[in-house]
Amino acid sequence: MFRSVLEAISVWAIPLVVAGVPLYALTRKVKVYPVFVEGAKEGFQVAIRVIPPLVAVVVALGMLRASGAMDGLAALLAPLTSRIGIPASVLPMVLVRPLSGGAALGVVADVLRSEGPDSYAGRLASVMAGSTETTFYVLAVYFGAVGVTRYRQALPAALLADLAGFAASVVAVRFLFGP
Amino acid sequence: MSVLWVLLLVASVAVAAATGRMAALPGAIAESAGRAVSLSLGLVGILALWLGLMKVAEEAGIVRALGRLARPVLRRLFPSVPADSPAMGAMTMNIAANMLGLGNAATPFGIKAMEELERVNPEPGTATDAQALFCALNTASIQLIPASVIALRAAAGARQPADILGATLLASTCATVAAIASAWALRRLFRSSPPLKPPHV
Repeated sequence: MFRSVLEAISVWAIPLVVAGVPLYALTRKVKVYPVFVEGAKEGFQVAIRVIPPLVAVVVALGMLRASGAMDGLAALLAPLTSRIGIPASVLPMVLVRPLSGGAALGVVADVLRSEGPDSYAGRLASVMAGSTETTFYVLAVYFGAVGVTRYRQALPAALLADLAGFAASVVAVRFLFGP
Repeated sequence: MSVLWVLLLVASVAVAAATGRMAALPGAIAESAGRAVSLSLGLVGILALWLGLMKVAEEAGIVRALGRLARPVLRRLFPSVPADSPAMGAMTMNIAANMLGLGNAATPFGIKAMEELERVNPEPGTATDAQALFCALNTASIQLIPASVIALRAAAGARQPADILGATLLASTCATVAAIASAWALRRLFRSSPPLKPPHV
């Protein structure tokens, strides 16, 4: 019941907002159409402003992945992490999730195919991917859009949050589904 | 950020040299640079749509009303942001969209919020505590509906593709709490160079 309500919300939310906001604005005597166009103009400038910082971040991360550093790190960490409940097949998720959303979904698809969606590894990979974000991308886009180049505590705080999310994923999946 | 960036570049080259994968790097570099541009340009349509709607919502007073609604919570999290700042409304819409798994809609609201926060930044170019916390929150937002993962699980033939909702909610809540706690705890460690001046009005 709770689930179907949530799923209905995820389908209805956007169409309702897209139609509802202009309708409400019209009743408040806003010149809806010109105002919309005026606001939408900004979209292009923002996207252009985001390009340089995004190039910097994506290139660095692309090099890191192509260099094999992730595979090496995974091999190094696997004996350790398998003892705290992260199977070797799910470990790449921990390493790749903050760097690339597409790669993270690739890991989920891999684990789901090889170990099944209802296995411990399959559920753990799903929860890890679903409960965290592509940290480096988010920071590059948000700070890039306003021209901030010194992130201060944002990066360590975001990475610590990812780590907490992964740890909590292990605990939650074990607690709710058993190992 | 400069040090970290150079570190990533140098480490990649060093590891590639050690593992004999240097041949893969030039291709990865060119491909990544191109992908960064298509990622940014891919945002144009959705950014234009939501920034347009956001402007309409602003003129209709919806953004201010939302900001007022979330003020009790946001004022505690972002004490340095003026309570009547349009950033409050934009942050509220961003967080709401994120919780529903509507990442596409969340990004424009988040960018709008960052712009409003930058407007009261006494030291443009350096993140304020509010911006750092807001970004950290966005990398770890409470997730009610992880739509893309549920879709993947359904495609893989899971008995109940959405049975991970509870665990996801729990894990993402922990991540959010960690984001708030560590952004707060680390803020003095990363002091911006000159002591904070009051914003020029």
